[in-house]
Amino acid sequence: MITWLRHHIHSLASTVRRLVSAPGATALNVIAIAIALALPLGAWVSLKNVERLGGHVTGNPQLSVFLAIDATSADTARVEAALGQAFAVRRVRFVSKDTALTEMKRSEAIGEIAATLGANPLPDAFVVELKSSDLDAAERLATELRTLPKVALVQLDAVWIKRLAALLRLASLAIGILAALLGVGMVAVTFNTIRLQILTQRDEIELARLIGATDAYIRRPYVYQGALVGLISALVAFALVAGSVHVLNAEIAQLAATYGSEFRLRLPPYGDSLAMVVFSGTLGWVGAYLSVSKHLARIEPR
Amino acid sequence: MPTISFDHVTKRYIDGFEALRDASFSVETGEFACLVGHSGAGKTTALKLIAAIERATTGVVIVNGQNVSALRPAAVPYLRRNLGLVFQEQKLLHDRTAFENAMFPLLVCGQSPREGARRVRAALDKVGLRDRESAMPITLSGGEQQRLCIARAVVNRPSILIADEPTANLDVESAAEIMEIFRSFHQVGVTVLVATHDAALVERFATRVVRLHHGRIVQS
Repeated sequence: MITWLRHHIHSLASTVRRLVSAPGATALNVIAIAIALALPLGAWVSLKNVERLGGHVTGNPQLSVFLAIDATSADTARVEAALGQAFAVRRVRFVSKDTALTEMKRSEAIGEIAATLGANPLPDAFVVELKSSDLDAAERLATELRTLPKVALVQLDAVWIKRLAALLRLASLAIGILAALLGVGMVAVTFNTIRLQILTQRDEIELARLIGATDAYIRRPYVYQGALVGLISALVAFALVAGSVHVLNAEIAQLAATYGSEFRLRLPPYGDSLAMVVFSGTLGWVGAYLSVSKHLARIEPR
Repeated sequence: MPTISFDHVTKRYIDGFEALRDASFSVETGEFACLVGHSGAGKTTALKLIAAIERATTGVVIVNGQNVSALRPAAVPYLRRNLGLVFQEQKLLHDRTAFENAMFPLLVCGQSPREGARRVRAALDKVGLRDRESAMPITLSGGEQQRLCIARAVVNRPSILIADEPTANLDVESAAEIMEIFRSFHQVGVTVLVATHDAALVERFATRVVRLHHGRIVQS
């Protein structure tokens, strides 16, 4: 057990020495991998913040139920009763055609046009606030309301939420594909780096075999190197993204203030960040392990 | 009981060349044996078979009671840890000091740094390089480099010391020094097997001679 532990400590120490002894090559390697990792990480952070922003803005979907111009007060009462019985409805606000015209006249944009109108062209309407953000339930209710007599138009005001959700799903998938491709790229870069390392240390590996080193002993420093470079690269990628978020937040604060908002970009939670660092280390380990397994078999003592 | 035993061993390489043909000989525990023969006689191949660097095509090679011909690949490193190997081309690590070169086999075995340092200094002392432990191999003479190789080979306290042409490229005086070092290990019970074509050294140091000619044993 002590020998095993000693082997690992020695391998780790020699890996660190090797990385430190070639600072330029190590730094370039780390930067290349870190930038590759920073791309999907930055995109993921952006996506999470857009989702959060979407959640702030949308709230629960609303339905606007417009009655026919010739709807009578009895028709209006019948629609109101139907809305009152619907389980999904939280609150109903009636907007009469006169109220709608008055509000229209108050509007800066179209007030003057509304003032020139002879007869009131606007219908009576109900603004229906729903209990939940379940878009399917909202659509079912809208379909039911459309069947009522003297209902001219039912407008689901949450269509854009659906579009946003679809866009976010699409972006999430794109980021996943990008992350997977860059992950494969990272494994390939580590594979090649370790291959070159093995080639330059061929004599030492050959000697180690001759004096009784096991494959595990020879493999260990390279695998540690892959994992260490992966971990350090992930930390650098995280620092790059955190720095970018910090810089962007200064501008976002000013923009958000004009909307009366305190919105700021947020970094991923600690758990997610830690998982990313560990995952990157694992990818480095895999790349190094594949490389050293493939190339070690070709080095036999002569 | 022989420490090393070859029983009707033939080694045929992929290109069809037969380096050893039906070779049988043995080296008893504590012997100082020399494998003698012209260049290409099969001396190096015999040593490679002992260290499981090559496998016999037919026949059986026994080392320390283990059938090397049938050894699993995973067991080979443990066989080699009990052998002290000195190579003709030295195989020193030129980016490390003499001390670090001699320490290398002990790191492989997981020896503690303190005990390792003690053993390395003892081995360097034995070969007369105690005061050169911080020197890089490139600054050592040919004889000193070969002595460093011997220190590296014995630091693990092997029961068998095997050397392939350890005096090649050395002057007469340095060659004799190297052989004296081998004799000092032989005197403390280590079995020594040296492949050489230097007849004068063989006559002076060997207690046993195994002569090869075109892959066949002609004297054992």
